[in-house]
Amino acid sequence: MSDLSFSLGRGDGMMLSGPNGSGKTTLLRVIAGFGEITGGSLTLEPVPDDDLSQACLYVGHQNAIKPQLSVLENITFWAEFGGGDVESALSSFSMTPIKDVPVAMLSAGQRRRVGLSRLALASQPIWLLDEPATSLDKASVKTLSQIMQAHLDAGGMLIAASHTEFDIPLNKTLELSAREPGAAEAGHG
Amino acid sequence: MVEFIAVFKRDVRLAAAQGGGLGLAIGFFLIVVSLFPFGIGPDLKLLARVAPGVLWIALLLSVLLSLDRMFQADFEDGSLEQLVVSRAPLEVIIVAKVLAHWVTTGVPLILATPILGLFLNLDEQAFGVLVLSMLIGTPALNFVGAAGAALTVGIRRGGLLLSLIVLPLYVPILVFGVSAIQSSLTGPSGSLQTMMILGALTLGSAALAPFAAAAALRVHLR
Amino acid sequence: MNGSVIFKYANPTQFMSLSKAMLPWLLVLTVASFGIGLYGGLWVAPPDYQQGETVRIMFVHVPASWMAMAAYSFMALASLVGMVWKHPLADVAAKSAAPIGACFTFLALVTGSLWGKPMWGAWWVWDARLTSMLVLFFLYLGYIAIWQTIEEPIKAGRVAAILAMVGFVNIPIIKFSVDWWNTLHQPASILRADGPAIYISILWPLLVMILSFTLLFSVLLLVAMRSEVIRRRIRSIRMAKIEGFG
Repeated sequence: MSDLSFSLGRGDGMMLSGPNGSGKTTLLRVIAGFGEITGGSLTLEPVPDDDLSQACLYVGHQNAIKPQLSVLENITFWAEFGGGDVESALSSFSMTPIKDVPVAMLSAGQRRRVGLSRLALASQPIWLLDEPATSLDKASVKTLSQIMQAHLDAGGMLIAASHTEFDIPLNKTLELSAREPGAAEAGHG
Repeated sequence: MVEFIAVFKRDVRLAAAQGGGLGLAIGFFLIVVSLFPFGIGPDLKLLARVAPGVLWIALLLSVLLSLDRMFQADFEDGSLEQLVVSRAPLEVIIVAKVLAHWVTTGVPLILATPILGLFLNLDEQAFGVLVLSMLIGTPALNFVGAAGAALTVGIRRGGLLLSLIVLPLYVPILVFGVSAIQSSLTGPSGSLQTMMILGALTLGSAALAPFAAAAALRVHLR
Repeated sequence: MNGSVIFKYANPTQFMSLSKAMLPWLLVLTVASFGIGLYGGLWVAPPDYQQGETVRIMFVHVPASWMAMAAYSFMALASLVGMVWKHPLADVAAKSAAPIGACFTFLALVTGSLWGKPMWGAWWVWDARLTSMLVLFFLYLGYIAIWQTIEEPIKAGRVAAILAMVGFVNIPIIKFSVDWWNTLHQPASILRADGPAIYISILWPLLVMILSFTLLFSVLLLVAMRSEVIRRRIRSIRMAKIEGFG
């Protein structure tokens, strides 16, 4: 991946697209602080760039939840760890009725919802979402879209890599191409 | 500090929910110790002589066996990434994980040693020193082992590699742990010095190992 | 010191041409040094009044033990440089030094055992020096295993570097504990190369042999580093092919 440049302001949402292997996940991980930039720079203003990774909430392919613990225990841990309100996180993806069930018993889509509940706990201004809608049903995708919209309305930023269309307009897109390095371009959608 | 407590609580809760991990480690400990009389014969005098060494080696192997999964589960389910990018320094989170691991596996293993000491005809007056030396020395096993577990996280056949890396580093802990028990059998004050050295090993590894472990985890998450 | 100044000479391409020019000279020097050292050790130095001719094993054992330690220190230093300045050649140096160091350690163990046999009447005695050497050998094995298990060279280099430094910090502690353990169980150690009465006719061949071993190490290291650089070039050519394939 090379010759990539983009900038996000308050309330900007950016959609990453491109075929498999074009580096969407790599880009998100680099911004989140896993990986190294071999040339170029990433800056976050007005925060110095050392704090960039802490200003980001990264939702990767894995859900970062423990199958042995219940839904409530999982969310409580992340709330204790990074702050946020447990009740509103539970209700964000309507997990409250099954909060005492061990995650091991849940379906893939339900687990994803538990993982995404972290969004409601988040205080970070930048969200990095890597295929957030994987195995979600239509209703949950709608909920996710609403949560994303609320984040943008509150002046947050987000970058999402997804094959799923969201109901909300993301005002920027970044097309990554697999074949020729240098073909990537940032533009306003 | 909030993060420290949260991680510590979660890991203790996970160990309790899992249950099996601790049972496995204690079962392993029991079997390894009972294999020795089969190997060297049931001579009580001989067993009493080798008991401190056997107990320490079996303990060390049980700790090693349980260390394998220390970061592996967090690595596989994506929790590790979230722990790494948090506001708290990764080193602090590692200390929380090591302490939780020590409380949930190290301490129960130590509490089981006097019973195994009876199996090996260890002099009862050495039991106090045995448990004390293990309480002082085993955190060092956990800290050094955590560095090894972090180095091998996400590697296929990592468990075997972990043993190869960590066991040579366990030599000093083993030497002083056994020596504390043996010197207590000869004289009452003899073990004080070795206990101090054991304590120094624990403090030294607690101070240095988290940095090595944190550096290793960051490399593996790239 | 400025990183870029140091690495002007550590650039892989420059390293390849420089090492190519140096190798023949270094090889000649090594052979000559071995010639002198072996002559001194085998003919000039007198046999020991107690140990007889077997004392001559010392002229291999002591330099091998020295190189075993020195190679590990070199590895740890190269790892530190690799960690701090992230220079690929430092990783290459550390990786290449490990098997060579392990071989010297093995040689020290074998010669120590051969030397000890007539003295102790056993092939292996848990003597403090030999035991420390054995643990050092294990440390080398762990380090080499890391390189063999992790596919990707940059990641392997970083992980191995951390391990090398952890091991280096632990070496004095292990040495201390083994000495302690040894005096606890068997008070006297027979295997002694030092001591007050070392004749000059023993000392100079010994020093020349130490020099020869150090030269041999640098020759082997350069050869190993060159093949590692070439191996990485082949790897990156292949990677480029995969990427071009799409």
